Amino acid sequence: MIHLSKVNKSYDTVKVLMDCSLTVKKGEVVVICGPSGSGKSTLIKTLNALEPIQSGEIITNGLSVHDAATNLSALRSQVGMVFQHFELFPHLSVLDNLRLAQIQVLGRDHSEATQRAQSLLARVGLQAHANKFPAQLSGGQQQRVAIARALAMDPVVMLFDEPTSALDPEMVGEVLDVMVQLAQEGMTMMCVTHEMGFARRVAHRVIFMDSGRILEDCSSAEFFGDVTQRTPRAQEFLSKVLAH
Amino acid sequence: MTFDFTFFSGSLLQTYVLHGFLFSLQLTVLATCGGIVLGTVLALMRLSQRALFHWPATVYVNGMRSIPLVMVLLWFFLLMPFLLGRPIGAEISAVITFIAFEAAFFCEIVRSGIQSIPKGQTSAALALGLSQQQTLRWIVLPQALRNMTPILLTQVIILFQDTSLVYAIGAYDMLKGFEIAGKNSGRPVEAYLAAALIYFLICFSLSQLVRHLQQRTSFTK
Repeated sequence: MIHLSKVNKSYDTVKVLMDCSLTVKKGEVVVICGPSGSGKSTLIKTLNALEPIQSGEIITNGLSVHDAATNLSALRSQVGMVFQHFELFPHLSVLDNLRLAQIQVLGRDHSEATQRAQSLLARVGLQAHANKFPAQLSGGQQQRVAIARALAMDPVVMLFDEPTSALDPEMVGEVLDVMVQLAQEGMTMMCVTHEMGFARRVAHRVIFMDSGRILEDCSSAEFFGDVTQRTPRAQEFLSKVLAH
Repeated sequence: MTFDFTFFSGSLLQTYVLHGFLFSLQLTVLATCGGIVLGTVLALMRLSQRALFHWPATVYVNGMRSIPLVMVLLWFFLLMPFLLGRPIGAEISAVITFIAFEAAFFCEIVRSGIQSIPKGQTSAALALGLSQQQTLRWIVLPQALRNMTPILLTQVIILFQDTSLVYAIGAYDMLKGFEIAGKNSGRPVEAYLAAALIYFLICFSLSQLVRHLQQRTSFTK
């Protein structure tokens, strides 16, 4: 489903990704964790070409992401993405947030797009808010709308970039619930997150990054199991995030 | 010194002032519409990564903004007959000059409006599969336009006041109408006062509208 080999990326002289290679199979849920500035978010944004790379290759759903001949619009519409700060379109109603790309990119007609939007809003428990504007919703509700907006494109894989980091603690649960449900339905997911509970419970695999390198790539059972088997950097990270 | 406004009559205003007033309004509306369209094109060119688009627009905008409007008016009016081989009317010359000149100012307003939209909005739109053009059309420009409406209107107020500069090329605008009405009635001071009052009333009500809009947009944010 997703395949990275020897991906390198740098901003001027600063290397942000170094020789990153990994494979994600269909139906897998992969959590990427690591200290801030380790390149997690950058990595996930290279998968749909929101970030360019300098060398290496990324294949997402059979398409070479950074090949000039690739139809980026078609590729991106198959890859759902959820952002830390929601990024709903504030000038559009919730319904129009979900409809716009269905109509403009997939060419669905208005009623079909509305139907799909409404069934997804029902699924994330927000059908009553269809005609509101994003600013009228809480953070947790906005993020659930953002997930529904991504799902409306019927993506084959979902990417989450710290989806709960900007939320009030009370609202983290409602967003994670939606993500857990998605994972249980067999959606292929890659998720940058600090929610270790979610990683332990839902993820099949955990990837640990530091300074632009992938240091650990193992099953979540292994990752949270025998800590002494981990790299020293991962041990240090785990001891801090799991301490409390 | 005493003022005497009794010479003002409906027929006097209709004879001398009305069509000048209408021209001032026309010039303002045409320069606003034309200037915003051309200014948006210039703004997109300035924001373009390509040197071929970026540099000509940047030179044009900075050039226009460094020259007084009245000089541009005069140059254009005096040079066009040489280029075309025949004179063009002062009014048409004024409309073209104003559109070209105001576009440079509207360009900078539109450019800052576009830049005020967070990069995350563009990322989210692109991630959904929208193209660059679709992102601009559906996500960036609608939000930018809403953010910049107050400052656009402020520019329109300045533009309306600047229309009085067409006196330099002899176009017949509202000020000219009052001037001739004053001369013909032997009351130039009162005529200029009346003109000032009308400029004030129009600009003041527009700036009230700007204030109202600012309050409204800050509320929805």
